[in-house]
Amino acid sequence: MIEVKDVHFTYPNGVEALKGVSLTINNGEFAAIMGENGAGKTTLVKHFNGLLKPTKGSVLVDGVDTRKVSVATLARKVGFVFQNPDTQLFSETVEEEIAFALKNFGFKENIIKRRVTWALNLLGLVQYRKTSPFMLSGGERKRVALASVLAWNPKMLILDEPTIGQDYQQKEKLRQFIMQMKAQRRTIIIVTHDVEFVAECNPRVLLMRGGRMVTDGEARKVLTNPEILTQASVVPPQIAQIFIKLSDLGLPKNVIDVYEAREILLSVLEEQAK
Amino acid sequence: MSVFEGLRFRRVYSPIHNLDPRIKFVYVCAIFVAAIIFWELLPLITLFLIQIPFVLLAGVKREWLRSMRGAVFLAAIIFLTNFIFSFIGAGYIVTAKSVENAVAMTLRFIVLVESFSIFFLTTSPDHLGLALEQTHIPYEFCFAFTTAVRFVPVLAEEAQTIMDAQKARGLELEGGNFLKRIRNYIPILIPLIVGSIRRSLELAEAMESRAWGATKNRTNLYVLKMHRGDFILIAITVGILATAIYTRLFFAIPSLNELLGSLF
Ligand SMILES: Nc1ncnc2c1ncn2[C@@H]1O[C@H](COP(=O)(O)OP(=O)(O)OP(=O)(O)O)[C@@H](O)[C@H]1O
Ligand SMILES: [Mg+2]
Repeated sequence: MIEVKDVHFTYPNGVEALKGVSLTINNGEFAAIMGENGAGKTTLVKHFNGLLKPTKGSVLVDGVDTRKVSVATLARKVGFVFQNPDTQLFSETVEEEIAFALKNFGFKENIIKRRVTWALNLLGLVQYRKTSPFMLSGGERKRVALASVLAWNPKMLILDEPTIGQDYQQKEKLRQFIMQMKAQRRTIIIVTHDVEFVAECNPRVLLMRGGRMVTDGEARKVLTNPEILTQASVVPPQIAQIFIKLSDLGLPKNVIDVYEAREILLSVLEEQAK
Repeated sequence: MSVFEGLRFRRVYSPIHNLDPRIKFVYVCAIFVAAIIFWELLPLITLFLIQIPFVLLAGVKREWLRSMRGAVFLAAIIFLTNFIFSFIGAGYIVTAKSVENAVAMTLRFIVLVESFSIFFLTTSPDHLGLALEQTHIPYEFCFAFTTAVRFVPVLAEEAQTIMDAQKARGLELEGGNFLKRIRNYIPILIPLIVGSIRRSLELAEAMESRAWGATKNRTNLYVLKMHRGDFILIAITVGILATAIYTRLFFAIPSLNELLGSLF
């Protein structure tokens, strides 16, 4: 469980990036943090594994104050995949890159091997096992970074912009993986601008603006409310846009799911055909 | 990263900021030479003190102090190596002279850092590039140089992000013995270097696709001209250098010990 209590954060250069954020993310919860550029999303999630310590207020991870323990200790529990994969890749092969964290945490040799293979399979990187990570494309590098964190199977996972530069198929895989993690009651927090991806995943949505949390609710409620979304520079997903525009036909406004939309439209068409 | 912080230029206006960078550079070189020709403590202390008015006049006291603090670690290493060698050389005894020598060597380093820090804190990269161009150095080199200077703070910031990313993968940067600590920095250095190379290649491509170097004869909107302040600085520079050389050649400089001994 992550408890954020009235957190303020000011960067050394004087920029106040968080101006009193409070929230609780329970175990097994799946949350998406969205909002305009510079809203403070990255700054907020960096507090969850202790990379940043609040200037005022406190962050508790499973009841432990992040000020009291080192990042490396917290990392065992809270996995964090950075926005830019190039800030972490350094090994000669993809395989070693993935094994790095496992070695840091002191896993045994045979377990490391098994975990690395598992992670390579999961992210479709098996053919690159012995390749240098620097030779890969942007999207592939991002996946290596992801694999290197997923490998130790942290209890909580934070993904900063996981869908950037991924093709549709990879995105879909990522979504399935997240759903699988959710079924295992792991906590997942994603930071993203990809509103369609969020609509498909249907998580709890947290909207930020100017260092404050402005909205907190179910995706289906938040993503279909244009007034709130505009405030945070987010547009509704396409399905929601259609249903909002068709609302004078007597259709519900709060639809974000493709299958649900299809059912509703079919029933309307059937009615008209009669 | 605090050493970099101390070299970071901030746009403010002061008599020192307005000086011609070429003259400032000559001044730094003069201090450099003066610091090299002395190995006694007294003249080095003088050189150190001479520069403090510049810092105050430029109003960069805070940044300057930060860069000096950043140099403390290296200074400590210089002190220790000098001290240990003279300690062994003197037959395993501590003499006042060996301590004074070690302090002098350290102070020499500090004087160098001090003058460089003043130079970079009060000279904008643009000014510097302009100065290079007006010295008829080919524009390619000037550009490369100013770009490098401009990227120093970016690099420092990137190093911080990389450290964060590796700590988030369980890398302990603190603790462990000396060798282990150095090994710990490999995962930081490689992404930093690879990132810089990648960025420079990208920058080159981006510049070429925006027609860099299309005009052969460049002209500048601003042209550097010498003002009264610059002539004063020339005078000061010549003064310091002449005094230093004169003192070196014609005076036996007493060590601090002897001086204190003769006073009491
Ligand atoms: N290292 C830093 N030093 C100083 N200020 C920073 C730093 N990182 C971010 N900021 C500032 O803090 C504010 C919040 O930045 P943050 O990176 O948290 O935004 P974000 O919501 O993640 O944006 P994006 O959607 O662009 O990723 C911004 O105003 C930014 O300029
Ligand atoms: Mg961000």
